[in-house]
Amino acid sequence: MSTWRTALLIAMKDLRVEARSRIVLVQVLPFAGLVMVLFAFALDSDTVLERVSPGLIWMATVFSLLIVVQRSFGVETADGALDALRVAGVRASGIFVGKAIALAAQLLALEVLLTVLAVVLYRAELDADGLVLFVTTVLVATCGLAFVGTLYGGLAAGAKGRETLLPLLLFPVVAPVLIGATRATEAALGASGAATSEGWPWVALLVVFAALFGAGGTLAFGSLIEE
Amino acid sequence: MDHHAEPVVELEDAVVVLGSFPALAGVDLVVARGEILLLRGPNGAGKTTLLRLCAGLLPLARGRGHVAGCDLTTQRDAVRARVGLLGHANGLYADLTVAENVRFWGATVGATPGEVDAALDRMDLSRRLATVPVNRLSAGQRRRTALACLVARRAQLWLLDEPHAGLDAAGRDELDATLRAAVGSGATVIVASHELERAGSLATRVVDVVGGQALALRGEGG
Repeated sequence: MSTWRTALLIAMKDLRVEARSRIVLVQVLPFAGLVMVLFAFALDSDTVLERVSPGLIWMATVFSLLIVVQRSFGVETADGALDALRVAGVRASGIFVGKAIALAAQLLALEVLLTVLAVVLYRAELDADGLVLFVTTVLVATCGLAFVGTLYGGLAAGAKGRETLLPLLLFPVVAPVLIGATRATEAALGASGAATSEGWPWVALLVVFAALFGAGGTLAFGSLIEE
Repeated sequence: MDHHAEPVVELEDAVVVLGSFPALAGVDLVVARGEILLLRGPNGAGKTTLLRLCAGLLPLARGRGHVAGCDLTTQRDAVRARVGLLGHANGLYADLTVAENVRFWGATVGATPGEVDAALDRMDLSRRLATVPVNRLSAGQRRRTALACLVARRAQLWLLDEPHAGLDAAGRDELDATLRAAVGSGATVIVASHELERAGSLATRVVDVVGGQALALRGEGG
């Protein structure tokens, strides 16, 4: 079975599992929303909130990524399914891409909610040019986060204390996405007086990051989940 | 055992090292198609390691081995595609239904809907249970679902580690009948078990796995 067919099979399975369990819907989305609301309470200043809203969107996304990744691999390890996939000779590259696709789909749903909350709570504004930059930023950053999350989720899946190990591994690595996506979103929203054109170099950084981790993960995932 | 039957497993002086620990130390073993082979021995003797070696999950440190005609050193992916390993876990997705699990595992080898239905039928899962989520099944029903996944995956060699564990009497009878039926339709089964009376009555041959690091195998007619 080709990598792409395997990826599609794994992605459909992961999304079906999520549709049945509704963990993202009833736990992760409310969690992300709560993070945004708590930031609003903590900062409690319209000027500050407007300025920092891009960073808060991506901070909430990264926190939520952790939960979604742990859930994604928890499903695989709970009854030995990841082991069974290896035994079945299912292409590791297909598993990696498939899980990343499912993760990206869930993150996108989350980011839509966070953006709506940012507009409502932090009074963020988007014009047409900014919208194009923002949508591009969201798509590329989501790909990067999904690839990194899947790679490190697979790495931590077989480890003892994986619940605490995963954030230690993941957070330092996603720092470039957090910085790049925040700066690009600032430019898209015009926060801190940034012009829209200032955001595109950051999008380029996000593209490089996603490409590196996408390619690296596709090649290395098999070794990571091997014994 | 039909000694002229085609060998499904052939191990010659097989050595497996886990870390610095020689978990298998020079195993010679031949298993013919259609056998139900029982591996018995104390904890730590190497039964599970032997199963995982045959599944293509562990590398050979020394010696040679073939499973289903594929080399254990150079064709481990091909070996994995031909065997099914059922350990203490079932490899099922708890939130999916029985049919969805069997369909998923069948799809990993391109099984047709007809083959998936046949696998469900063979494990008597096609009626009431097919639409039930796995997290609502009994231990025996989960085991049966896992075996249906092996059938849908067209596994030629079934490697079962303590398959009777956690099953009630009815579940055990059900499992034995399933394994006999699997062998009747061309599969080969290797079982590692502490439940010697139960597994021994099922087996066509019994092999002792002896002694932690050094491992010796002794065959006897069953």
